[in-house]
Amino acid sequence: MSNYSIRSQSLSKSFGRRLIFKDINFEWKDKGIFGISGPNGSGKSTLVKIIAGLIAPSSGKIIHNNSDEEIIAEKLHNHIGFVSPYLVLYEEFSAWENLNIFAKIRAVTFDEKRILFYLQQFLLDARKHDLVKTYSSGMKQRLKFIFALMHSPDVLILDEPTSNLDEEGKKVVYDIINEEGKDRIVIIASNETKDLELCNETLLLEKFKI
Amino acid sequence: MIAKPYALFKKDFSSELRTRYAINSLAMFIIVAISVILFSIGNETITESLTGGLFWVVIFFTAMSGLSRAFVSEEERGTALTLQLIAAPSTVFSGKLLFNVILVFCMNTIIALLYSALFERFIVQNFPLFLVTFLLGNIGLAAASTIIAAIIAKAGAKGTLYPVLSFPILLPLILTCVQLTLFSFDGTRFEEAKFELAIVAGYDVIMLTASYMLFDFIWKD
Repeated sequence: MSNYSIRSQSLSKSFGRRLIFKDINFEWKDKGIFGISGPNGSGKSTLVKIIAGLIAPSSGKIIHNNSDEEIIAEKLHNHIGFVSPYLVLYEEFSAWENLNIFAKIRAVTFDEKRILFYLQQFLLDARKHDLVKTYSSGMKQRLKFIFALMHSPDVLILDEPTSNLDEEGKKVVYDIINEEGKDRIVIIASNETKDLELCNETLLLEKFKI
Repeated sequence: MIAKPYALFKKDFSSELRTRYAINSLAMFIIVAISVILFSIGNETITESLTGGLFWVVIFFTAMSGLSRAFVSEEERGTALTLQLIAAPSTVFSGKLLFNVILVFCMNTIIALLYSALFERFIVQNFPLFLVTFLLGNIGLAAASTIIAAIIAKAGAKGTLYPVLSFPILLPLILTCVQLTLFSFDGTRFEEAKFELAIVAGYDVIMLTASYMLFDFIWKD
């Protein structure tokens, strides 16, 4: 079982004079599916980027702990799996090459069996050696899930996880989310009712505007 | 420690072979710049100091036309976020620096070979001095170009900003390298060029140290 926790301390973010949210406090521990919801422009993507360490908050902080030891910013990427529509993989390489390159840069073993299992699960096995630029948007979205899962992260952050996916793709993703939520922290930022129904707890961002 | 930056370098190298983001613009610039200089000289013979100066002018502008690609292509294609998710800032900078150092060495070796074949006054009398100047100059050029590329990658007018920002930063390096190249043409002894060599070596150390310290702040929004 995971001993991972994410704690937010009075988190606020503004872009220039525009306040996105302020004073967000939460603590998510061990495992479970946690939702972030709110209307367009409420800061869902901004919040998940702050949690993933991709952007800095204006004030407050996010603390990632693994077995009561704080994870330093330099090493945070090893613990995070991230999926979003604005994430772009290298289009000049095939899916297989992309995943191989990511494993090498992360200095983790490229577990072929595990990758093949995910490629089959996400229905990409037959196209694994095709260049990513020939993929449809739905196929790219499914490949991003393999990218997020391949290094067994402690936290899975999913920003609009079902965007661009057909019904079959959505079903696979929901199964994965339910499965992963049993062992680790899964964070979903979405407006989709079906996505949020999977969550044990949901943070409503419109409450943190004032 | 070197495995992760090397993997990133290999990714960039394979990507460059497939997309030819930098190689084409560098090759075109070298051919055009040297051709224009040769046409404008005509049958006249230019002095050694002018040859040495023009050599580093071509190197500077060729670097300006291609070295920014290391970061600009990641930002333009939207893959910078992916890189942030798979590697620590120090790994990204080391990988990109390695790529630019090798690119600069290849590009400048071609320029030096073309100069020695096409310019009659490009005669190196103190070859070890020329080699050390070339080596240190290339490292400084690659280090400065890499960190400036990281800065301008997030800006709007990248094409204009890159040479404008690079010029004052690279000026001390280029001027000293021109002087050292002239020394190597004159056959000046190593001991007499110690001061200039120390400036270039110091420039490299300062640029590399400052780049590693600053990159973390530049890389993350």
